[in-house]
Amino acid sequence: MAIDKNARYLESHEYAKPEGELMVIGISDHAQAELGDVVFVELPNVGKELDKGVVFGTIESVKAASDLYMPISGKVVEVNEEVKNDPSLVNKDCYGSGWLIKVAPTKLSEFESLLDAESYGTSIGEV
Amino acid sequence: MNAMNMRDEPLVYELSREGRIGCSLPRSDVPSKEIPLEIARSELDLPELDELTVVRHFTRLSQKNFSIDTEFYPLGSCTMKYNPKANEVVASNPGWKNLHPLVGEEYAQGAIELLWRLQEGLREVGGFAAASLQPAAGAHGELSGVLMIHAALKERGETKRKKMLIPDSAHGTNPASCTMAGFTTQTIPSGLDGGVDMEALRAALDDTIAGIMITNPNTLGLFEKNIEDICRLVHEAGGFVYGDGANMNALTGVFKPGRSGIDVMHFNLHKTFSTPHGGGGPGAGMVAANETLAPYLPGPIAVKADSVYRLEMPAKSIGRVKAFHGNFGVLVRAYCYLLMTGSDGLRQVAENAVLNANYLKSLLEKVYPVPYKRHCMHEFVAKGAIADTVHTLDIAKRLIDYGFHPPTIYFPLIVQEALMIEPTETESKETLDLFAEAMKRIAEEASKNPELLHDAPHIAPVARLDEVMAARYPILCYRG
Repeated sequence: MAIDKNARYLESHEYAKPEGELMVIGISDHAQAELGDVVFVELPNVGKELDKGVVFGTIESVKAASDLYMPISGKVVEVNEEVKNDPSLVNKDCYGSGWLIKVAPTKLSEFESLLDAESYGTSIGEV
Repeated sequence: MNAMNMRDEPLVYELSREGRIGCSLPRSDVPSKEIPLEIARSELDLPELDELTVVRHFTRLSQKNFSIDTEFYPLGSCTMKYNPKANEVVASNPGWKNLHPLVGEEYAQGAIELLWRLQEGLREVGGFAAASLQPAAGAHGELSGVLMIHAALKERGETKRKKMLIPDSAHGTNPASCTMAGFTTQTIPSGLDGGVDMEALRAALDDTIAGIMITNPNTLGLFEKNIEDICRLVHEAGGFVYGDGANMNALTGVFKPGRSGIDVMHFNLHKTFSTPHGGGGPGAGMVAANETLAPYLPGPIAVKADSVYRLEMPAKSIGRVKAFHGNFGVLVRAYCYLLMTGSDGLRQVAENAVLNANYLKSLLEKVYPVPYKRHCMHEFVAKGAIADTVHTLDIAKRLIDYGFHPPTIYFPLIVQEALMIEPTETESKETLDLFAEAMKRIAEEASKNPELLHDAPHIAPVARLDEVMAARYPILCYRG
């Protein structure tokens, strides 16, 4: 499974990845593989302020519907409209075109407390 | 399954031929009146068919139906037990069937007495103070119950209590019920033994909690051994305990949830009390409560005073949740089952349900790993991860070829590749042995010839459906 080294992770498989002043949020390659074919993604509106750990959306595959948790507190500045129309992007390119939302982080220090690529790899049983 | 059954069945629209009619209406003996143009439709796309074509079409469809009356149906969490035909005979009595729901109470004493007796019986089975038969489904009972908690908190002025705790092994409908009732939810993880993680529970108990929704046995098929402590802790923190009674089939006559501290709970009559299930039921999700929450029950409920039966709204009722008196015909069936089974019989139901599940688990666990090494209750969760290229979905589809309904799959979410198997008490040892044999043969096929599983089912009326395409691009109307 691919683990993007520039991103940091929650144990629930969401990642946050710095992009300039913003943080790109999505789900890991491991998560998309476990979910299987993603068929629906529900995301928050631009402008919404969300704290770390709260549910920011849901992702649905043919197997299950799962909540999406904020890896970092912030204000939503952009939502991936393409992924709403074509949820398979999450399966094809979860760290690239399959990103979910971009936020302006309000507590940047939280990023350091997330799992780095190596610790995340250990947590999902990949060394 | 016979060859005729395998044939593709056209849609009624495809069978339609212009000008064909199935019945002739009598000549009108009242003055005719034109429909106003603004509400008239020039064209209505309804199929045109003769009676015989319609009868054959629906008869053939019915023969393709898979039901508990034809095959084993071990759908975890759904308690697909046999529904005794005596239930149907009793419910089809014209006295029940033709009674108008608006008839005065004095002319419906027998029907209200049945409601009262069923309320009393189920209240007793659950160990509660009172019950309402209004809700028409399990999740409807859940919503009624959490609305009762909402009303009780509001009356106490505790409006900041907005958070409902839900273990990750609870039923999937619980968070939706909470959200609809105006609560937010917080997931409580399971501990290593498959029960609620008590440390995580303690950490979540603050003065914003409204309560907890707990499923016992949980969706892993495991009894929540700490149920009394969980109820005590939540009560001490000022919250209420909702019991999801969908898994009551493991407990009848053995354990009364109301005695363990649960404040309000629903039972699924279409699971535990043998009323029709699958294909739309209709269901019945009666809700029962202790002394504290009983005044908030949805109503009306049946009451008895001086040998007269009446329908009354409980004092602080959340109101009606269903027209008239719940799904009355279903309630007649449940009462019939309750009387036929009796108190000793109900205990035997639970004991045999648990015995059957443990027997089947012991036959399968060497091939299909069971993650929690405990005796199960009425169901168990195994993993379909038996070969590299084979998934639980493939096993489920292959079971159709062997003539069995697949178990519930990919739930609960906390077990990867989950197969959730519930045999129920109404299956014989021979049926369980046949099912286990099929599961073992499928495991052999998975290692020797995985393609057989990937392409399954092979002998069903339709082959493997493209679920991804169906979910992403659903076509919900005929487009001919």
